[in-house]
Amino acid sequence: MKAKETFLKWLDGDFDLLAHVADTDEHPDPGRAELKREKRHINRRIDSSKAEHRVERAEEKGFYALYTLVAVVSCVFLIGILLFTISSLPRYGVENPETTEVVRRYVENGLEETGAVNIVAGMILDYRAFDTLGESHVLFTALICVTILLRIDNKNMQSRYEDYFKIRMERYHELTGESIAKIVGMVLIPSIFLYGIYVLLNGQNGPGGGFSGGTVMGAGLIIFAATYGFDCVDRVFTAKRLNLLTFCALGFYSFAKGYVFFMGQNGYENHIPKGTPGAILSGGLILPLDIAVGLVVACTMFGFYSLFRRGSIGGGWKSDREL
Amino acid sequence: MLAEIIKVLLLLLLIVCAVSVNFTKSLLQSVIIFMAYSSIMCIIWVLMESPDLAITEAAVGAGISSVLFLLTLRKIRETDRGEDGGEEA
Repeated sequence: MKAKETFLKWLDGDFDLLAHVADTDEHPDPGRAELKREKRHINRRIDSSKAEHRVERAEEKGFYALYTLVAVVSCVFLIGILLFTISSLPRYGVENPETTEVVRRYVENGLEETGAVNIVAGMILDYRAFDTLGESHVLFTALICVTILLRIDNKNMQSRYEDYFKIRMERYHELTGESIAKIVGMVLIPSIFLYGIYVLLNGQNGPGGGFSGGTVMGAGLIIFAATYGFDCVDRVFTAKRLNLLTFCALGFYSFAKGYVFFMGQNGYENHIPKGTPGAILSGGLILPLDIAVGLVVACTMFGFYSLFRRGSIGGGWKSDREL
Repeated sequence: MLAEIIKVLLLLLLIVCAVSVNFTKSLLQSVIIFMAYSSIMCIIWVLMESPDLAITEAAVGAGISSVLFLLTLRKIRETDRGEDGGEEA
């Protein structure tokens, strides 16, 4: 009741609130003294932390100087090593029986032995097929590592509802907004996929092959997911299908190439038709292996994007059903 | 002759890009310069008559890895903002 009266008085201009505050300094009440003490304490703490910061900053300065020095020294060291290595390489374009023996074998007998017009494809998918198998496995392993690091599910969500609603909002924006991006995507995406498939299927005849075609297709998938939303892609690419596809492609590659190497090592005929060079169905195993590598690469690229963007592949979002 | 000049110019641009990535303050700018580096590298691969590498460079270097970098930047900013908000509240 007293507060109301004071307030009304203050409204009329009869009462000065600050005068009352000034009064209390003369009659110190315990709460106010405590507040003052606290304030002093806090100020002292701030000062001391400032001093600490100053010390830290000085230490950091020393650290950065050391860091720059080490960086420069290691850079110069690396450049020196690389230049030294280059200086000991044979000259470009000069015949040298020691280093060009394998190359000449590839160029002269490559078409005959592999059936591929594109010698590079013949090299990486026939002569050195195990290299490419290793590369595909590296990609697969990278996808697994990214899954381990970035996957979000009920167990490791920070705050379950917040994350969930953030993703819901993103999905809403994907479905409703940005019509320019969608129209551009409508024109671009089919051509990107066609180009990717063309590059993939013509690996034995022209430039391209599994890795290039696969990355182009993966980029197309990423653009599709970015413009039309993950819901469209999720109808085709669930996590299970993606894993199954990758597994089948890698398994097929391993078995096919294992068979060929086994037969070749033991001196048997491997009964894989070479086809006429230049046609799409030529080059023996190169075309199927290209397709396998391309599938692995495309799945991996899309999986990376999906995991980076929302922490799951193919909408394996558990709480989607629970909530 | 013209091809030689273009080649030298592209190589110089490559070096400029590679150095300037280190000297930009903003991470977003570094990512964009990295994209430019990959695009220049792609043209150089074409000039060196290896179009398959050019395709891969364009798709991986300028496309996918830049997208992944940008997504990472967004994630970093989100977590930063989240921590700041927590301190204020």
